[in-house]
Amino acid sequence: MSRKQRSYRPARKSRRILTPEGVALNVELAERGDRAGAVVIDLLILFGIMILGSIAIAITTGWANLGRFGIIMFLLFIFALRNFYFMFFELKWQGQTPGKRRLGIKVIDRFGRPLSSEAIFARNMMREIEIFLPMGIVFSGGATGVSGLMQLFAFIWAMLLVFLPMMNKDNLRAGDLIAGTIVVREPKVLLAADMLDADAKMASAKEAYSFTTAQLNAYGIFELQTLEELLRNQSAGASEKLKTAGETIIKKIGWEDPVLPHQMDAFLSAYYHALRKHLEGKLLMGNRKKDKFDTGKKPTGRR
Amino acid sequence: MALEGTKSFQFRQEREAGWQQLERLVMQAEKKGIRSLSAADVFELPHLYKGALSSLSVARSISLDKNVVDYLENLTTRAYFLLYGHQRPAGKAFARLMQFSVPDAVRSLKQEFVVAFLVMFLGVMAGFFLVLQNPDWFFTFMNRELAGGRVPGASAEELKAVIYPAEDKLNSLDIFATQLFTHNSQVGLLAFALGFALGLPTIWLLFQNGTMLGAFLALHYEKDLLYELGGWLIIHGSTEILAIILCGAAGLAIARHYVFPGKLSRMESLAIYGKKAALVAFGCILMFLVAGLLEGFARQLVSSDTGRYMIGLGFLLMWALYFLGVGRNAPEDASDDIGGEAS
Repeated sequence: MSRKQRSYRPARKSRRILTPEGVALNVELAERGDRAGAVVIDLLILFGIMILGSIAIAITTGWANLGRFGIIMFLLFIFALRNFYFMFFELKWQGQTPGKRRLGIKVIDRFGRPLSSEAIFARNMMREIEIFLPMGIVFSGGATGVSGLMQLFAFIWAMLLVFLPMMNKDNLRAGDLIAGTIVVREPKVLLAADMLDADAKMASAKEAYSFTTAQLNAYGIFELQTLEELLRNQSAGASEKLKTAGETIIKKIGWEDPVLPHQMDAFLSAYYHALRKHLEGKLLMGNRKKDKFDTGKKPTGRR
Repeated sequence: MALEGTKSFQFRQEREAGWQQLERLVMQAEKKGIRSLSAADVFELPHLYKGALSSLSVARSISLDKNVVDYLENLTTRAYFLLYGHQRPAGKAFARLMQFSVPDAVRSLKQEFVVAFLVMFLGVMAGFFLVLQNPDWFFTFMNRELAGGRVPGASAEELKAVIYPAEDKLNSLDIFATQLFTHNSQVGLLAFALGFALGLPTIWLLFQNGTMLGAFLALHYEKDLLYELGGWLIIHGSTEILAIILCGAAGLAIARHYVFPGKLSRMESLAIYGKKAALVAFGCILMFLVAGLLEGFARQLVSSDTGRYMIGLGFLLMWALYFLGVGRNAPEDASDDIGGEAS
């Protein structure tokens, strides 16, 4: 149970969102890779629909001998698609597009308010500038209506907008900036049933062990919660880790009775429960012992 | 067992049923959509959510059971996403956007609009008088391709030929309209996007477009074709130039509220006014579409000056009525309400 273990936890980027009820919730920020992936998926779908739709229009209007009407249809079709594809899905699926849904990310309001339809329109309106305008500048040179030096500036500017999410800690793109939104990871589902199951296992501890206050003062909240994770861990190497942890604890608190390997689980459960009760009791008195190094007012006599 | 006496265990036992009910509802809504919930469930959802949220606050301060805190955090976040996500059906949202949000956003940019208009007007004046004094200025403002034969020294007949297209040219109209639309909306969007660069390039772009227009006017003024050119321009120009100015105004609004956020933080200020600016730009794209169609079809098909002026001014009046008059009494639930009532 060394301090080092903290760094083993995956370093997630999370943000606090203050709900309208005034409670802060932790949300996990969507990674840039996921967001880029979502855009690529969406663009592929978009271009797929564009190509299929264009062929369909070409065939039907060609068959009906309405060439000119077909071109207008085509124009409007492309226009509607590139402007409304993202808007439509984000409106319909609560801030998700097919690409976002696939990668498990979604749009929420950055300030914790409800996600308004205006915000969705605004953030997707910006795609015109972030995706389609740079494409236009790169692929069709002079067609942007500006020329020479202005063209170069426009290009640099467009690139700045494209790479904006790389330049701020919240991975905000221009659309997020002006719409006040943020893209977060959808939380994984934790089930109450799993939680109860695990507790039932842990509750098998017998009251055969009783600990002195000094023994309970050896550890703090961080160690308690690490022990909790270890006890709930069902994976292959878990019993090995438990054994090591148990031996460390026995040594540290100076437990004198021998603890046989098959008793280790029960011993640790009992210690966990006793420690939790002890620390929660102190918590109610406003005394939060962070970890084993947190000695509060007591002198640092023991190690 | 050892924990039965503790406060955190009692707390959990008392509230667990509510959490599980919320979990069940959230799960169902996530899988089948919020609309699959029964009326009674929809009514319950906000209450259960608030209950779980308060449980979370309590658990954070009195319970050291990491599992429970994690579980509640997870459950409330999922419920929060559900309740404060977007609720309005896409069609209704779009209707609302066109009916209230866009005109309202345009109205909130009055000052920027005046500035953008003045800058463009100055550009027109500069272009007009400079070219009038010395025709050499013309190519400073205009590139040859866009001018299409209309250059200083061209005869009145040559200029007229562009203003009133011959019958045989009508065939390529559709493609012409497409090109115009893409070209114009890109200029407008650029003016808007450059607002992020603190607005200076926006002003420059507006001014430049103004000088182009001015140079053009001067060229035709010399040949006494100003009235005819006016018809040629105004039929789509009333829509298009208005849209360019509005885009510029939106760009300026972003710059203004970023540089001078007032009492808000820069980010909040950008979020509030940027949203409005983007809505204006969205309206402008639709305007450019209309302008492209007018320019591509109406202008080529209507060749009487009076008809052109009528259409152009008619559209101007229509935009003015739409932006100034429509949607003044937006319903109070402007910001989406909490999920229970909205669905």
